[in-house]
Amino acid sequence: MLSPAITEALTAGAVTKRFGGLVAVDNMSFKLAEREVLGLIGPNGSGKTTMMNLISGALKPTSGEISVYGEAVTGRGASKVARKGIARTFQLVRMLPTMTALENVAAGGVFGHARRWGKELDDYAHALLERVGLPNAASAPVSALTYIDQKRVELARALASEPKILLLDEWLAGLNPTELKIGITLIERLRTEGCTIIIVEHVMHAIRSLCDRCIVMNSGAKIAEGTPAEVLADHGVIRAYLGDENA
Amino acid sequence: MKRFNLSATEGRGLAISVLLFAAAALVPLIADGYPLQIGISIVMYTALATSWLLFSGPTNYIALSTAAFFGIGMYTAAGGIDLVPYPVLIVAAGIAGAALAAVVGLATLRVSGVYFVIFSLGLAELVRQVMTWLQHVLGTMSGLYVTIERSEPMYYWQLLLLAAVIFLVGWRIGRSRLGFALRIIGNDELVAVHCGINTARAKVVLFIISSTFASIAGALVAPRWGYVEPVVAFSPFVSFQVVIMALLGGTHRLWGPLLGVIPFVLVWELIAVYFPNQTTLLLGVCFLLIVYVIPNGLLGLVEDTMNRRRRYEAGPAAAAALPIDISANVAAQPAVTADKK
Repeated sequence: MLSPAITEALTAGAVTKRFGGLVAVDNMSFKLAEREVLGLIGPNGSGKTTMMNLISGALKPTSGEISVYGEAVTGRGASKVARKGIARTFQLVRMLPTMTALENVAAGGVFGHARRWGKELDDYAHALLERVGLPNAASAPVSALTYIDQKRVELARALASEPKILLLDEWLAGLNPTELKIGITLIERLRTEGCTIIIVEHVMHAIRSLCDRCIVMNSGAKIAEGTPAEVLADHGVIRAYLGDENA
Repeated sequence: MKRFNLSATEGRGLAISVLLFAAAALVPLIADGYPLQIGISIVMYTALATSWLLFSGPTNYIALSTAAFFGIGMYTAAGGIDLVPYPVLIVAAGIAGAALAAVVGLATLRVSGVYFVIFSLGLAELVRQVMTWLQHVLGTMSGLYVTIERSEPMYYWQLLLLAAVIFLVGWRIGRSRLGFALRIIGNDELVAVHCGINTARAKVVLFIISSTFASIAGALVAPRWGYVEPVVAFSPFVSFQVVIMALLGGTHRLWGPLLGVIPFVLVWELIAVYFPNQTTLLLGVCFLLIVYVIPNGLLGLVEDTMNRRRRYEAGPAAAAALPIDISANVAAQPAVTADKK
């Protein structure tokens, strides 16, 4: 468990999101400590991405509170939440197709939490491309990049705002085994550098190696919380993933 | 991206632009009559199409509202010509256009795509109806006379100066954070929002700037028309022509529309002479041809050809340089990863 001395980066209190009659996120409460890597897992349709959209401000919760470092950001709108220091990647990679890789990265560093411009921005974006392993791709059109390289660019764009909290929505999905290794190494490095991260992921060995703690969702609600080893051995979790016979 | 220092290419571009404008300013000294009329058309449409591009180019929001603002400018000039000096009216026209754009922008720029296109088209019609109604209520004639003496060269120089200002503003925006924000919005609005951009504000600001210039253009040409009435001032023809010219030239560079305006105005003069009853039909055909045959405009064609020639001259190795560079980078990756471990 967390000791009280640890700073809370993010707090979600009884967050609920309804789409008409469907309850996509049901009374979710959790805390995220500074420098912690939290995994958000669960079967398809369990509300993980909706939860990410609520945190990043893309969606407004029906009820409940979300705060970042003690400051309420509930329903503030995505651009304001971004300025408070929450950066995200998207489930399906989203590039700015008419721009170069460097401009794609720079886009994250001008209007958000950290704001740079001119040569300073240029240098910073170059450094980020290097950090994610693309030192020579600066002037490449993003359409010429492979899938993993596009994902790297997207990660660098998120990092460009020097976020307090980084949201990675299935950032490892769709990668082949070699790329997956590269991807996991990259996130591991962010973790050692002290980033605070929430990961939504289906790749279980990535969850095991990357996350300090996991929250398991099913039908919008939290069904388990603990270390990856604990929750993955939990009967309720196995039932949610595999059905009753296997529990 | 670099803010303070002009790169060599930018400096050269600026020098060429200044020379071209200086050369264009000499036209009335050597041309008069019909050629000068065509020159006035060209600078007017250059101003309108380039101001249209300021907003619609980076955002990809096709605005069909040019006529609304152009007409507002004309009416401001026509309505106040007997009351205040003409230069004041030009400023007033800009303010009126900006105010209308602010109201319209705040109300509509939250909707995107086709809804915005339709609304922008409807706007000119709405303003036209309001003007017609106003004139009816006020008991004036169906139009207004704009009586002020201006020589043809004067119209030309005024519009040329406006076009120069629009280019300068557009160039400055292109180098600013606002310009970068709009390009991101045009690429992917969702990404823009999550990058921290206040997308509604960025769009409204640019829409206001763009519309202000269209209104000023209206005020500048109103005296030349002499008589302003709603049907003419708010003609949707103007909106469509401006869009077609800009698309014909190319919308990804500031000077793209200029490449479209010149041939279009010349061809249109011929069409107006030889097929005066089929202009609407031919405008539609032009639109289809441009969208299907040259989606990136003449500018796109020119740039493609230049790129191909440059690659050809540099030899096949250079032509394939980019893909090789990237694949080499990917191939080198596992080694880098191993180092990190």
